Amino acid sequence: MRTNDVMLQTATKVVTFIILMFAVHIFFAGHYTPGGGFVGGLLTASAIVLLMLAFDIPTVKKIIPINYVVLSAVGLLIAIATASASIVFDVPFFTHAYDYFDLPLFGETSLHSALLFDIGVYLVVVGVTMTIIQTIGEDE
Amino acid sequence: MSNLALFPVVIPLIFAAILMLFPKKLHMQRAVAIGGVAATLASALVLFSKVSNDGVQAVTLGSWPAPFGISMVSDMFSVLLVLSSTIVTLFVLFYSIPTIGVKREQSFYYPAVLFLMTGVNGAFTTGDIFNLFVFIEVLLMASYALIVHGGEKPQLRESIKYLLVNIISSALFVSAVAYLYSVTGTLNMADLAVKIPQIEAVGILTVIAVLFLVVFGFKAAIFPLYFWLPGSYFAPPMAILALFGALLTKVGVYAIMRTYTLFFTMNTGFTHELLAIIAILTILAGCVGALAYFDVKKIIIYNIIIAVGVILFGISQMNAAGVEGSIFYLVHDMLIKAALFLLVGILTVIFGTSDLRKMGGLIKSYPLFGWTFLVAAFGLAGIPPLSGFPGKLLIVQGGFEGTHFWGSLVILATSLLVLLSVVRIFIYAFWGEPVKIVTIDRKHYLSMFVPTAILVALTVFLGAGAELFMPFVSDAGEVLLNPSLYIDAVLKE
Repeated sequence: MRTNDVMLQTATKVVTFIILMFAVHIFFAGHYTPGGGFVGGLLTASAIVLLMLAFDIPTVKKIIPINYVVLSAVGLLIAIATASASIVFDVPFFTHAYDYFDLPLFGETSLHSALLFDIGVYLVVVGVTMTIIQTIGEDE
Repeated sequence: MSNLALFPVVIPLIFAAILMLFPKKLHMQRAVAIGGVAATLASALVLFSKVSNDGVQAVTLGSWPAPFGISMVSDMFSVLLVLSSTIVTLFVLFYSIPTIGVKREQSFYYPAVLFLMTGVNGAFTTGDIFNLFVFIEVLLMASYALIVHGGEKPQLRESIKYLLVNIISSALFVSAVAYLYSVTGTLNMADLAVKIPQIEAVGILTVIAVLFLVVFGFKAAIFPLYFWLPGSYFAPPMAILALFGALLTKVGVYAIMRTYTLFFTMNTGFTHELLAIIAILTILAGCVGALAYFDVKKIIIYNIIIAVGVILFGISQMNAAGVEGSIFYLVHDMLIKAALFLLVGILTVIFGTSDLRKMGGLIKSYPLFGWTFLVAAFGLAGIPPLSGFPGKLLIVQGGFEGTHFWGSLVILATSLLVLLSVVRIFIYAFWGEPVKIVTIDRKHYLSMFVPTAILVALTVFLGAGAELFMPFVSDAGEVLLNPSLYIDAVLKE
């Protein structure tokens, strides 16, 4: 029997974007205030999972044609590369650099190399979560 | 280079991530994996020479001051273990290429091995007890992937047990770390070594020390917590079994050795006495298993448990001879266990079974293989001048100098049982009437035999050249017996 999921699908089309926007907000809030790559990644993954629930896995694969294993590998490499940059400057591993810049529109902004690391973490979290969920979901 | 201590941890991680990008390209997978391990070996050798020239290398991540940031510490003991684990992984990789099967190779076998190596080397290097937990989780994740890799029925059955045991012990680990933190207010091992002697509540610290012994005992497979090991290790293919047998339990043994020499020394009358008794019981339990089975894999698996007991008995004596013996024996055991598992692996390929009673008469068709096996068997039992001998000699001497002469007697007596258990394999498989064997072509056989034979040759070199290695071993022992060397290196600023 096919259930009627018009409501779910209609709501999802809106809610997914709200979740994704919130994920971006949380991601950039990280480091100085609560947030960051891990929780941002989880939120993004939850948005994709919501899409999968409302529609189905093949549809979502068509919308987002990403190999999640490769995504997590790329994220891991970005994270390690950021941490390893400290080797080039001969300071202890994981040492970050930051400074304050006057940017147009934003005004005085703190730019931190931890952001690059967090992008890596974000990609790993999305990649691993989606790999796990897809593996379980396809297993029928 | 202030970050040198981290190289053997970071290099396999980078290569593992790269390998995940193209799982299906067989030749690239093999080449990149071997390149990664070789690069790790090179960095470990550089680190080894640095440590032996300049003493303990410590780096605290993120430029935080020492007790607050996570310290990575490479002393002689840890670098020796990093070096031997990397060598073992390299040879096991060579052995896996002809044996593990294309299907496994194309579904993330090599990344999993490299992640395992990241965890093992990290656990040997870290100087922070919570970070030790993290690295043990990293290697456990990789081992979960490896133990179920291929998805055969016995693997699935045994991996559930393995998972349950490890999840429970990990939960205990976190609780034990929390107790320790609530009592001492620090998790940096060097800082713990400073703070613990100042705390008067010895009772609660003793409880925590025993809790840690239980946690690490699960990983190290001590009596009576070894029950999960024989079944779980039996399931995966031989190359994975060799990695597990040579590396995983050794991380638990290392953790016990480190914590019980560096900071859990406030009540040695109780904790180290307990460790000595458990070590002896572990040896006895292992001997029973090693003699009871007619399955070659099971016999060697139970020999892992015996070795764990021998090493821990040495460390429980807390004197120079005992500790140095344990270090030497630990390095020896990593190499010889990997070699024996690979040898037994070839044996099962040739006979098509791992049951001893269905084997026989191989010495006529494979003489060199037979004698290599005999050398490895003698090495395991500790016949001079092979590599098991110097370590065991020192451990026994440590027991006689300490308070546990009866323990030394047990170790001497059980050495004969160990010898019997492995020579039994030799007698059954190589002597007697030849039975029907699987014909394998020469090239395939050599691709399995050559890495194994080199590994056996390495153990012979380790034993015969013990005089050459002893200075490094006593260096390592000195840091364990004088925690102030370790503490000063970490908290120097």
